[in-house]
Amino acid sequence: MAELCGVIGIGQTRYAAKRGDLSIAGLVREAALRALEDAGLEWKDIDAIVIGKAPDMFEGVMMPELYLADALGAVGKPILRVHTAGSVGGATAIVAASLVQAKIHERVLTVSFEKQSESNAMWALSLKQPFQVHVNAGAGGYFAPHIREYIHRSKAPDNIGILVAYKDRLNALKNPYAHLQIPGVTPEQIEQSPMLWEPIRFLESCPSSDGACAMVLADERNAERSGRSVAWVRGTAMRSEPTMFAGRDEVNPRAGRDCARDLYAQAGITDPRRDFDMAEIYVPFSWFEPMWLENLGFAEEGTGWKMVESGATMLDGDMPVNCSGGVLSSNAIGASGMVRFAEAAIQVRGDAGEHQIDGARLALGHAYGGGSQFFSMWAVSSEKP
Amino acid sequence: MTEKLPDKIETIITPISLEYEYTPGTASTIFLRGMKQGRILGQRCPVSGAVYVPPRGSSPTHGVPTEGEIEVSDHGTLRSFTVVHLPIPGSEVSPPFVAAIILLDGADQTCLHVVSGCEPSEVRMGMRLRAVWKNRADWDYSFENIRYFEPSGEPDVPIESFRRESSA
Amino acid sequence: MREVAVVSFAQSAARREPARNEVEILMPVVTQAVEASGIPRHEIGFTCSGSCDYLAGQAFSFVSAVDALGAWPPIVESHVEMDAAWALYEAWAKIQCGMADSALVFGFGKSSPGEIRDVLTLQLDPYYLAPLWPDTVSLAAIQARVLLESGKASERDLAEVAARSRRDAAANPGAHQRDPSGVDELLARDYLVSPLRVHDCAPISDGAAAVVLAAGDLARKVCDRPAWIRGIDHRIEPHALGLRDLATSPSTRLAAEKAGLGSVPPEVAELHAPFTSQELILREALSLDAGVRVNPSGGALGANVVMAAGLVRIGEAARSIREGEASRALAHATSGPCLQQNLVCLLEAD
Repeated sequence: MAELCGVIGIGQTRYAAKRGDLSIAGLVREAALRALEDAGLEWKDIDAIVIGKAPDMFEGVMMPELYLADALGAVGKPILRVHTAGSVGGATAIVAASLVQAKIHERVLTVSFEKQSESNAMWALSLKQPFQVHVNAGAGGYFAPHIREYIHRSKAPDNIGILVAYKDRLNALKNPYAHLQIPGVTPEQIEQSPMLWEPIRFLESCPSSDGACAMVLADERNAERSGRSVAWVRGTAMRSEPTMFAGRDEVNPRAGRDCARDLYAQAGITDPRRDFDMAEIYVPFSWFEPMWLENLGFAEEGTGWKMVESGATMLDGDMPVNCSGGVLSSNAIGASGMVRFAEAAIQVRGDAGEHQIDGARLALGHAYGGGSQFFSMWAVSSEKP
Repeated sequence: MTEKLPDKIETIITPISLEYEYTPGTASTIFLRGMKQGRILGQRCPVSGAVYVPPRGSSPTHGVPTEGEIEVSDHGTLRSFTVVHLPIPGSEVSPPFVAAIILLDGADQTCLHVVSGCEPSEVRMGMRLRAVWKNRADWDYSFENIRYFEPSGEPDVPIESFRRESSA
Repeated sequence: MREVAVVSFAQSAARREPARNEVEILMPVVTQAVEASGIPRHEIGFTCSGSCDYLAGQAFSFVSAVDALGAWPPIVESHVEMDAAWALYEAWAKIQCGMADSALVFGFGKSSPGEIRDVLTLQLDPYYLAPLWPDTVSLAAIQARVLLESGKASERDLAEVAARSRRDAAANPGAHQRDPSGVDELLARDYLVSPLRVHDCAPISDGAAAVVLAAGDLARKVCDRPAWIRGIDHRIEPHALGLRDLATSPSTRLAAEKAGLGSVPPEVAELHAPFTSQELILREALSLDAGVRVNPSGGALGANVVMAAGLVRIGEAARSIREGEASRALAHATSGPCLQQNLVCLLEAD
């Protein structure tokens, strides 16, 4: 019933702790212009814009799409602003795809960004919540107990997080856009980095980045005549569950499992480890790689760490994960989910340069947010459905 | 014009100050009134029977109002924790400190609080805890009437007994 | 395009809510809309909401709203940091894709905890405008002045909008502006920010609203007289006020054209105009003549739940159809300073 949707243009900024050379508008334009150029299009060719970002308090601008309308060529067009916490970059791409799939628009520009240097992100995440105990030490403090429980349940050895971080930091060296690039990085260096929220070390954590990511999505006719390689959207899925409830499993949340199942059914995937050629998974702290491998069905419950330990998720493994360096290497929060979606598309378009997986045909983009409760995913392929 | 202007302006500082008066809501009002009296009060989901502490007014799994005033114990079990080595902006708690997920006896919903009164290296999952309250004279309408939780000395609860998604 | 209809609508009685928090206000409204839809909660295919962190003064404030939904087993859900009229647009698109046959849409917000006039200032360009702290009423007053100077309206016209809205709001249990003063009485009052008087401005309201959408046969099955969405579109204008003719609303006109308003006028129009002057600008942009019943609910001047007021317009327009008062109705929502962004939704009976 739905129209096909393909990614025909992708643009990213260089991610950095502070992009002092650009205003907020300049940042989103850098990504948007690169996506348009990649698609061989101009502003006038775009029918609608879908923009996403995480809390407005990161920049101190309320509903910034109003101010950004001019910079994004949106004047006289529809513009939608999505916010679904950390999963927002993915959710934004899914909303944009739905406008094409619904045959409402032919070509949609979707952008997501965060300019965290405009304020202090950890401060914004640690704001004292009224009527609650103020022990909120940023996202790491929130997720560390969940990681501890995962380690206990799965009996994973202590070094798994270090292996993930080492892999992603090596991959980041092959991605010119990555924020954290540590030439000559060693596992020992990661192990000796300061413990921030036990068991999470400094080099097992994501940085705080400025950056933006953009994609041009098109319907079948426009994708085919673009002359560009196309990443066809084979499925999109979202799921949400409450932050806290009696008996909730925060380590392996059902919303993530249900979301993956929905996605795989759409894309005809029966064995994700066999069917996908690579995956970009939202891993802000190293241990979330084995946790999400299980949640996504790449590994049986309790065995995700064995996949990591075996090297399966490395660039030359059988199921490469986060070839771009992942969220551990660049984290402009509002953009991070879209970067996962875009990096999956870049792979199946054969455009990933040094971090390309040879012959990648089917790839997963994954994002999550809130207290591991909001999930968005898509599957993209070089092959038309 | 003698002042030399910079070639590039990277930062301008625009102070933003907004004041809000928060409303705790009816469920939190029950909890905060309890705190003032040194009691920990929650509410029950009328569908599942789960007791939510602190109550937030709704049963998240059923989308219905929680009911009643259910007093729970100030003893509980540590479900998981982290040792935080970073300062919390705007907090008096100084690192390293233990932030823990605690299930109070009589409650079905965990809460977050600080564990102190022992070395961080002694803290473990399944450990039994009890609340350490401020002096009675200092009790306010605040969860922070409980300064922290400390080991109670009761035997640990087997971690295998922790339920997941059963009572939802 | 698939046929999609509004099959139910619920709202809280708007007022300042010192006792209840957002979730406590929202939960009964969602329950009421879902029950009135006749679709079991767990069969609703998609949920989408609109709200704003800066209203709540907290980051991720929408997250707690999930607690009002009974989102277990997990649900397909999304959120826009916009008025919930745009959440309805996202839900409508989702149904158009065939990814859902029904959707719950809601918006909520409390304007009373902060100074809403100042909070909305943070919507402005952070480099050139926001540091000057022009508040939202002052900007609307500049717009009203442009309108008056254009010769298209007088202060008496503004007062007539206010008097009519107050009269209608008094009959609407969802509204809370109940002062039934006449035009002359209103004109005798002092200015708040010239040329606007207090009654030219929307009240400060806390509340929530929810709508259930359903496609084709499902809508017919659960609803005797579905309010079909015949067209929906939204457009934005430049941000800088100096780039716009503030006495007109070209984005509203364009959205109406794209939504298929055409030359057949609606019988009822629910316009999201937080200021009297904005209603006059919108009426002109939509070419609504005196025969069109405007804001029978009392409009945003009767109750202005920021982030839900646009959705309320769609809900009220749909109600006029479902209750047989109209067979063709127009709903409008706005966002941003001085009507920067506008959505038009056209509803019809079978």
